[in-house]
Amino acid sequence: MRHMIDPLDFSVEEVDKLLALANDIAADPSNYRDVCRYKKLATLFYEPSTRTRLSFEAAMLNLGGSVLGFSSADSSSASKGETVADTIRVVSCYADICAMRHPKEGAPLRASMYSKIPVINAGDGGHQHPTQTLTDLMTIKRRLGRLNDFTIGLCGDLKFGRTVHSLIKSLSRYTGIRFILISPEELKVPDYVIREVLQPKGLPYEEVSSLEEVMPQLDILYMTRVQKERFFNEEDYIRLKDSYILTEEKMKLAKEKMAVLHPLPRVNEIELSVDDDPRAAYFEQVQNGVYVRMALIMTLLGLAD
Amino acid sequence: MKATRSIDSIENGIIIDHIQVGNGMKIYDLLNLDALDCPVVLIRNARSTQFGRKDMIKIEGKIDLDLDLLGYVDHHVTVCVIKNGEIVEKQKLTLPKRLTNVIRCKNPRCICTIEEGIDHVFELTPNKTYRCIYCENPAKA
Repeated sequence: MRHMIDPLDFSVEEVDKLLALANDIAADPSNYRDVCRYKKLATLFYEPSTRTRLSFEAAMLNLGGSVLGFSSADSSSASKGETVADTIRVVSCYADICAMRHPKEGAPLRASMYSKIPVINAGDGGHQHPTQTLTDLMTIKRRLGRLNDFTIGLCGDLKFGRTVHSLIKSLSRYTGIRFILISPEELKVPDYVIREVLQPKGLPYEEVSSLEEVMPQLDILYMTRVQKERFFNEEDYIRLKDSYILTEEKMKLAKEKMAVLHPLPRVNEIELSVDDDPRAAYFEQVQNGVYVRMALIMTLLGLAD
Repeated sequence: MKATRSIDSIENGIIIDHIQVGNGMKIYDLLNLDALDCPVVLIRNARSTQFGRKDMIKIEGKIDLDLDLLGYVDHHVTVCVIKNGEIVEKQKLTLPKRLTNVIRCKNPRCICTIEEGIDHVFELTPNKTYRCIYCENPAKA
């Protein structure tokens, strides 16, 4: 049985196939409206997430399936002390596939070890968020027409930003990509990402602190929010939360065809005035997220072919 | 001269050889050798043609060694099994690919910190460090 725990669980060929299916769904979603009839998706969300949970639920409903689950740990058996291993064994009896978000890193992997149904990691702490990565890949491919030979700037919280780690890992499998890592010193990308992902493959990267200086080089700008929930110390959060704010002025420095991505939700790191710029791709990303999750559900349930 | 000459004090047992100087005591403690009721000898700073100096542990008796733990603490080690005064088996240790419940994950964000009954599992990365399979944080001493 296949799961989607880490963005690298699927080979490049499998990802390409999945993105092709997502594109096909985007072209005419109505062709897929009955594909998952009588199938059930369990959404096990141990921490609040409106966007990802609704995206998964919309994806399953679009496929003609149904959904069940919980949206916070308080409303699950976790509040009674149930382990993830037990929860998934129980849920395996109720649903055909599950999407799990958990504040603790590795919880979906733990679940997959005991599950009888495919488990999708819908975000585990500051660790991985593979379906966001698939969404990002789909958006980049639709914007640039390719998944190689471009320069990407990842900006903001690169330390706790799980979407960033997942995206770097995934893009490292394509060719000709240059990474510019833009962050304050305290929120730099973890050492292991550099030493075990970028360096061994000889991928070009630079770590900088100024967004303006590198803006003209970028084909993709991936903005992130400084996430309050990842800090143990509120003082650190307050000091760092306004490190980077994308404004119309800064957008003037960028290429005409650059695309701005953001996993959302944003707080203030992208000014509202940037939304009208045709280079703003973050709401398109949300729509792509539904298509890519539809494609993933179909693939993991063996309904893609 | 027979190879048994240097280990003539052992008839049936195990020699943990080629321990890096300083690691002998650590291995003695980690393997809980003071709890054994058979003869155990820890030799420190013994002469070694290969390393100059080495530590060595001789155990007269049959015990189950945790080779993963041993390999993790010191992968230069050679384990020799002695039967009737002869070396019948030599095993050169390497860094184990996977460690189960040898190291504990100290990342407070890891599922290991709250999940009852979970094994703490670390895997060897290409650059010879160990990472928790759940959160991918590196092993910390």
